[in-house]
Amino acid sequence: MKELLWLIVALPFSGALILALAGRKLSRLTCSIIGVGTVSLSAGLTILAGLDFMGNNPTGKPYLQVLWRWIDVGGLSPDIAFHLDAVSLTFIFVITFVGALIHLYSAQFMWKEDGFSRFFTYMNLFIGFMLVLVLADNLLLLYLGWEGVGLCSYLLIGFWYKNPDNGYAARKAFIVTRVGDTALAIGLFILFMTFHSLNIREILNAAPGTWGIGSGIAVAVALLLLGGAVGKSAQLPLQTWLPDAMAGPSPVSALIHAATMVTAGVYLIARTHVLFELAPIVQTTVAVIGAATLLIAGFSALNQHDIKRVLAYSTISQIGYMFLALGVGAWSAAIFHFMIHAFFKALLFLGAGAVIWVLNDEHNMFKMGGLRKKLPVVFWTFLIASGSLAALPLITAGYFSKDKIIWLAYVGDKGSVVLWLAALIGAFITALYTFRMVFLTFFGTTKAEPSARPGTGMVIPMLILAFFSFAAGYIELPENMGHVVLFSGFIEKTLPATATIHLGNSTELVFQLIAGLAAISGLFVAYKYYFNKPYPAAVPERNALQNFFFNGWDFDFVYDKMIVTPIVFLSRIDKDDFVDLFYKGLASLARALNIVLSASQNGRVRWYAMVIAIGAILTLTLIFYP
Amino acid sequence: MNVPMEQGILLAAILFCLGLTGLLVHRNIIYMLMSVEVMLNAAGLAFIVAGSAWGEADGQVMFIFILAMAAAEVSVGLALIIQMFKKFRSVDINKASTMNG
Repeated sequence: MKELLWLIVALPFSGALILALAGRKLSRLTCSIIGVGTVSLSAGLTILAGLDFMGNNPTGKPYLQVLWRWIDVGGLSPDIAFHLDAVSLTFIFVITFVGALIHLYSAQFMWKEDGFSRFFTYMNLFIGFMLVLVLADNLLLLYLGWEGVGLCSYLLIGFWYKNPDNGYAARKAFIVTRVGDTALAIGLFILFMTFHSLNIREILNAAPGTWGIGSGIAVAVALLLLGGAVGKSAQLPLQTWLPDAMAGPSPVSALIHAATMVTAGVYLIARTHVLFELAPIVQTTVAVIGAATLLIAGFSALNQHDIKRVLAYSTISQIGYMFLALGVGAWSAAIFHFMIHAFFKALLFLGAGAVIWVLNDEHNMFKMGGLRKKLPVVFWTFLIASGSLAALPLITAGYFSKDKIIWLAYVGDKGSVVLWLAALIGAFITALYTFRMVFLTFFGTTKAEPSARPGTGMVIPMLILAFFSFAAGYIELPENMGHVVLFSGFIEKTLPATATIHLGNSTELVFQLIAGLAAISGLFVAYKYYFNKPYPAAVPERNALQNFFFNGWDFDFVYDKMIVTPIVFLSRIDKDDFVDLFYKGLASLARALNIVLSASQNGRVRWYAMVIAIGAILTLTLIFYP
Repeated sequence: MNVPMEQGILLAAILFCLGLTGLLVHRNIIYMLMSVEVMLNAAGLAFIVAGSAWGEADGQVMFIFILAMAAAEVSVGLALIIQMFKKFRSVDINKASTMNG
């Protein structure tokens, strides 16, 4: 089945093409069948290809499918070729599988909206580009997918384009990620200059022999790639676009801004891990960025009242965990957390979308409450996903993935106490804001009556995702709890294993207890302050510090003052383009001459005669008295 | 009879300047046409004087050309004046400046 790899990518693109060309003429049912069907077929093919890959290939040898040569000019000859290995298989599984479920959900969620076919066009296009990104065997093709998902993100955030705020949010996402994309492009230029190839395997094989560990150029390249990754993955300092990206429909938030696209940065770093290992200082930076981001975003999530913004900040925070794992060299832990996070975060967004949907577009959690009895399915699935996000010990998948990162942040050979403490505080805050959200939304008195119930099309994807949010953790268990290494064993066929300073089982148990305790105490504090408490149904009052956290640590304000205002100021000065002055001068000179000469052409014959006489006299004077 | 060339040329120049002055000061187009004739004849006189000074016939040949040309010019000019009078009911040249031509 591996030979059908190209079809996995081609199906969503063909769906997008059909919907883009004929979407206006098709009925909503046909549109949703095409949109959901193509992605579901992709998901099915992915599972078959994955079984084939895992079953007949015990060493995890990568499978390469070259379709055709894309460009051949000046030594640059990238192919359109797909590279399937353990990492890309995990990614395409999550993309197509979670993607198909979210497509199914949105068929019902978006049913009454205008632009139904447009929505599925964008969604299919997004899945296609994302698959190109993770399957690309060279960096140029990866960059194509990278820009493609950026485009789809822009289109989908601004999907409800009639509200100018959504257009602003879309532009913000596009421009902020563009800063990172530019860094990535420069990084690719340097790689091509050095290796005369953009093929990922060739670069990764040649790099250790070309660059010494910690050499300047290796650090520069790793930093530039990191720049691209923090842009796409909404990490410090380019995280400001993600909370505003919640302007798009909820399924978009679930698919793009939680499950798949924002993890492209994680994928890029994991894929080019050799370059980061050659630049240890940059790898440490990755860990520090991850740790700082997960704390900053956690504090911001704690002060939001819009349910989707809580989830947005928690996404930033959880990707911070993945960066932390990448930074300490815990490659498989990062990929594992990516997969588990995709399941539970997609589910959280679908649940939040369902709540917003039945409450007629109410986003404020303080105006919700008591939905536990009214929406039992949404409540239970949301609870499972929240438990996973909060990493409640033993019973949730999120615990096994996050605990592994927290543990490796300390014992990994690049780990340290500071990183471990940051991850631990992050775990406490995560549990706190997660259950603050759950208690405010689903417990207490009913403040708003749901106007409808989510239909089967929305409930089925949530149930499937709830199962995975609960059960997927058991494919990877710590050493002292059964020692299951299905996942890391699989990933480590492609990525190196984490070098740990082994401390023995008893110590790991202590760390697990501390991490579990952090999560449970977060839950307890949330229970203490938010369970059945009569908060008024309004936007809560905030003091200065809470306001600071609420606004995402005022990054927007600082960027506005530091970058946007000076640029606007300069462009205002240069409103009449400086270079244009010359050309405008030329034009006004011609116009002035035109005015003078047409004034002389006044139709008075005597005037002409006099001018001729004066001219003749002047000429004669010049001839005789030069 | 022998007229010195300087005197002949001077007369031609005076006639030419008189014609030019007439052209410039008159607004009546008929007077202007007459002034132009004076200037033409001044030029013709200069040719004659120059021809006789060198003892050549070229100057007189040139004058015949100028006469023929002047005759043609006057006929066209008078026809135009009649047309102009029909159109503007006036022979004032300033009235005919509306075409800006």
